[in-house]
Amino acid sequence: MIIERHEIEKLATLSRLSIDEKTITDVTERLSSVLDLVAQLQSADTVSAQGIFRPFQVAQRLRADEVTEGNHRDEFQAIAPATDNGLFIVPKMID
Amino acid sequence: MHNYTIAELVKGLQSKKFSSVELTQHFLSRINRFNGQYNAVITVTADQALQAAYLADQRLAFGSAPALCGVPLLHKDIFCTKGVRTSCGSKMLDNFIPPYNATVVENFEQAGVVMLGKTNMDEFAMGSSNETSFYGPVKNPWATDCVPGGSSGGSAAAVAARLAPGATATDTGGSIRQPAALCGISGLKPTYGRVSRWGMVAFASSLDQAGPMARTAEDCALLLNCMASFDDKDSTCVDLEIPDYSASLNKPVKGLRIGVPKEYFSEGLHPGTEEAVRKALADLEAQGAELVEISLPNSNLSVPAYYVIAPAEASANLSRFDGVKYGYRCENPKDLQDMYCRTRSEGFGEEVQRRILIGTYCLSAGYYDAYYGKAQQVRQLIEQDFVQAFAKVDLIVGPTCPSPAFKFGSKGDDPVAMYLEDIYTIATNLAGLPGMSVPCGMVEGKPVGLQIIGNYFDEARMLNVAHQFQQVTDWHRLMPEGIS
Repeated sequence: MIIERHEIEKLATLSRLSIDEKTITDVTERLSSVLDLVAQLQSADTVSAQGIFRPFQVAQRLRADEVTEGNHRDEFQAIAPATDNGLFIVPKMID
Repeated sequence: MHNYTIAELVKGLQSKKFSSVELTQHFLSRINRFNGQYNAVITVTADQALQAAYLADQRLAFGSAPALCGVPLLHKDIFCTKGVRTSCGSKMLDNFIPPYNATVVENFEQAGVVMLGKTNMDEFAMGSSNETSFYGPVKNPWATDCVPGGSSGGSAAAVAARLAPGATATDTGGSIRQPAALCGISGLKPTYGRVSRWGMVAFASSLDQAGPMARTAEDCALLLNCMASFDDKDSTCVDLEIPDYSASLNKPVKGLRIGVPKEYFSEGLHPGTEEAVRKALADLEAQGAELVEISLPNSNLSVPAYYVIAPAEASANLSRFDGVKYGYRCENPKDLQDMYCRTRSEGFGEEVQRRILIGTYCLSAGYYDAYYGKAQQVRQLIEQDFVQAFAKVDLIVGPTCPSPAFKFGSKGDDPVAMYLEDIYTIATNLAGLPGMSVPCGMVEGKPVGLQIIGNYFDEARMLNVAHQFQQVTDWHRLMPEGIS
């Protein structure tokens, strides 16, 4: 299956990845090769299987809606790239 | 001391034959001496280890220490370790110092196990050769021009080279069993939900499972006794009674029905690997097990299904790495979009980016049903195959990998060739079943692994059979040259 260059560019945008001009041909070829592999799924007769798989059919366990953790803001912000006054700092978004 | 198994180390520590400090110093000195050859360990926590060993010796002196107290261990660098870098083999997390321990790490810490350091791995556990690590590839101690397997290649190589008596690892599509096979050690992926995933950096959450690596099945049982626990913090952790995995190791295998899947002995299997696995099956038969040919008719679809589901989950899980709260951030971003894109492109390696793109494709509008929906249905077919097989047999046994360790770079240009390396291991992850690999032969001077697949939560029986196999074979005792 051939994936088109413009599709790779769209996927990169959706994935928040930058793919440079030098590598886009390689990326396109290798992705096409993987999509050829997964295209084999289309031949499977899946009439007997519907919905989403759950290992051993155990339902997702829910916990009580209770606070179990204290405030760890300082510990978490200590490992952040940029913080100020208890806030995570990112580049300016709105002028 | 490095040739003792964990079971023997436990006895030695409890009988005061040696102290935990002596043991820890010995393994730290081996890491210092040999790790340069293999690149298996990427962080050594010497001071912390010696302090923990000192405390373990105090607990041992009081005579009420847990079984593994004082035993040194390495952790795969995917488990969060409080105050110790957890890189997941990626530039993205090269500077990440977690403020908490993973539950697996905490369990071992509470038991007095001594962490020697963290092991190298494929970036974000995506790989079957350890060639995708930001810290460079791990070399196979049996043949340093060959890969150790992946993604837990650092853990496997470290155990094989006697840099530690055991190590933690994780398995999303074969990442415990395949490197265990290629490095000639024992490794077990438990049933999905048996071991907590809390604090384990997520790759594909419906497939990831942590497990032990050691030289023997008996040691894997000891490690699993400590690793397995119910954890409220992991909503997929299953609250079922956990047996003592060491208790049933000595049961005879006589009368056990062992399924041999015909699809696992078809085209693509190296003749030397097949011969070793057939010989191992004959050994089990000689011990009284009954071999039954079975069929897993959808096993050929496991790799295609996996390469939809795992990248789809990875693309969602890895969206958290955006340069905002922790990890790598690019220099001088001009705006928020630029920061996201450059952080992720500079922080992730090629294979990780490829899987994110595949996952995004499979989940995008217009393709979701054709890819993700279809893969989920195929996953059910694969599970049904196993359910039908386990109605007839107690265990399933076959090869772990299609061939022994391959040379660096030999599958580099074609991702699909690399993905097919996990052809025999992926189906168990898709079904959530437990699987393990034990050494069963040598081909071209490199180890071969025997895969044992169990029914849900039947790890004790798998360990029993593996242990009994290791009572009549010596493959697990072989040691690579140059590390004595």
